[in-house]
Amino acid sequence: MGDPFGLIGQWLMDLVTGWGMQPVAALTLLRFLGAAILATVLLLACFLLIVAERKLLGRFQDRYGPNRVGPWGVFQTVADFVKLIGKEIVVPDGIDKPVYWLAPLLVVMSVVGIWAVVPFAPGFLGTDLNVGILYIVSVGAIGTLGIIMAGWSSNNKFALLGAFRAVAQLVSYEIPMVLTLLVPTMLAGSMGIAAIVEAQKDMWFITAAPLAALVFLISSVAENGRAPFDLMEGESEIVAGFNIEYGGLAFGMFYVGEFLHAFTVGVLFSTLFLGGWQGPGAEQFPLLGLVYFFAKAFVVWFITVWIRGSFPRVRIDQLLSLNWKFLTPLALLIVSLTAVVDKLAVEQGWSRILALLAANGALFVGTMAVLGAYGRSVRRREERLRATAGGLSTGIAR
Amino acid sequence: MIPLSWYLILSALLFCVGTFGVLARRNAVGILMGIELMLNAVNLNLVAFWRYLTPGLIAGQVFTLIVFAVAASEASVGLALIISIYRRRSTVVADEINLMKW
Amino acid sequence: MTVLQIVFLVTGFVTLLAGVMVVASPKLVHAALWLIVSLAGVAVLFVLLNANFLAVVQVVVYIGAIAILIIFAVMLTRRVMADTGPTHNPSWWLALISALVLLGGLLALILQVPAFAQAGPTAQPAADSGLSDLGTALVDVNRFLLPFEVASVLLLAALIGAMAIARPADAAEEGGE
Repeated sequence: MGDPFGLIGQWLMDLVTGWGMQPVAALTLLRFLGAAILATVLLLACFLLIVAERKLLGRFQDRYGPNRVGPWGVFQTVADFVKLIGKEIVVPDGIDKPVYWLAPLLVVMSVVGIWAVVPFAPGFLGTDLNVGILYIVSVGAIGTLGIIMAGWSSNNKFALLGAFRAVAQLVSYEIPMVLTLLVPTMLAGSMGIAAIVEAQKDMWFITAAPLAALVFLISSVAENGRAPFDLMEGESEIVAGFNIEYGGLAFGMFYVGEFLHAFTVGVLFSTLFLGGWQGPGAEQFPLLGLVYFFAKAFVVWFITVWIRGSFPRVRIDQLLSLNWKFLTPLALLIVSLTAVVDKLAVEQGWSRILALLAANGALFVGTMAVLGAYGRSVRRREERLRATAGGLSTGIAR
Repeated sequence: MIPLSWYLILSALLFCVGTFGVLARRNAVGILMGIELMLNAVNLNLVAFWRYLTPGLIAGQVFTLIVFAVAASEASVGLALIISIYRRRSTVVADEINLMKW
Repeated sequence: MTVLQIVFLVTGFVTLLAGVMVVASPKLVHAALWLIVSLAGVAVLFVLLNANFLAVVQVVVYIGAIAILIIFAVMLTRRVMADTGPTHNPSWWLALISALVLLGGLLALILQVPAFAQAGPTAQPAADSGLSDLGTALVDVNRFLLPFEVASVLLLAALIGAMAIARPADAAEEGGE
């Protein structure tokens, strides 16, 4: 079968240089074309993703999801999109016009930009940056900027408050995410995503760093703003938070950006910890690598939808204390432990993975012990309070 | 190709724009923004010199990283100070924060 | 005019324009957003100079943290939703003159060194733009371990200091909870 992506790229290159363009200009044009195609395919894929998620959520909640529009409801998002386009975009008075219109663009841009460094198949990726992991973090930070621009420019106190809380959440959860991103970097010896996928040829990194994978998943779900961390737009609380004043297609962009980010979380997790396109036969048939890549991403995405359908929303103080008192120290411990064990277990191969797994297991047992002790002390304190208050409140009906 | 002097001229221009911002702005946060521009100009200068004159020595990039760390600490402490001043005196205009002037 | 020269000129122009808008913009939030454009322009220039790691660190640290902090500070220190009062000193023309004098001096210094005007860089940096060398240099006892550790102590001091300074005054008097 050879390399279909390389063949297509070469054919396009020959075609464009055959029209008389310089090679450098032709390469630039093809790169722009590739980026445009990727962004379009992603945004169109959201049509199916959103309806799949809604049907899954429906099944988790013991009901059918949308099933009116089209066979099994697959055209629901198209109908929603048509409705959103047709809506009048009510622009509030007193807004800051350039900032208001730029904010949704930044949010979507930050999500689509992550896909530039993700390897879909051997040899098929946007650009092989040698600092790919840090690039992902930096592009994610631009989304935070978009949210605060949206909240401030809306000339609305609820929007501003929502934006403040959202930015507090996003900036806080960046820290455990960045720290646990160091773990695949250390295990693979490089920050480039293609190199990390190559290094998982024999064994996926989730076997060597399960705790890091778990912390990365939790902080990515929080970065995305999905349940149980969906304070950013808790419809029942702060009336849609920072995107109150956005209607029609502008709101649609925030919506699409959030769902695309959910799938991107699945893609990143599967690339960094589950081996990306690695699988039996992926080296010879790149198309098979593409299939593995999407299959793994869908499994992780399914898990995030499952989490969404199972947990209630956390409060802002619970959210921040979870991050600063639990995830960040845990992530720091994971990074230091992985670094130390990686240095001690010098030979590659099975013994290194087993040593790392044992270290992770020990850290997990230690964490559970600390959490258990903390939970016991909290319960004891509450019982003491209830005991002293119970003597006074016998007259109060329960 | 791009001569080194182009980068240096750009960085000098950016530095002078930042200087104007520091000297002319009344709001303390505006002054801080001018300082950030100046630090960026310095970083640009360092990296340009590293790339053109000594690409083998990594000291240029290390200097730049240290400047990043210094800028981050200075911005955070400066802004904390400004917010604290705003709480007490409800102004951040640099001219009005004048208790220690004679 | 090669492609790289055009990219440099466009990026440099955008960065300078954004810088001028930072110092001249009457509304502070707009100035903060123009600052972000300027910082992004500098990140692009870092990429042109083969310093990819520094470019991404610039975006993460400056745009993703410092700029957001500045925007927060601007939003938390306003009396009403609109800016009031003049935004520049009455003697801003004096500031302009001193900035121009400084610019003249710097340009004179730069233009008188013939080595700076050579067409392009002579040597190539390492294949990964010095990334692995950077990592080793920062923890090597004979090279840059000391500045690295001092910078981390500085960041720790700034972290604790910022938290201590920005605490609301009544929390300290409440008997510490």
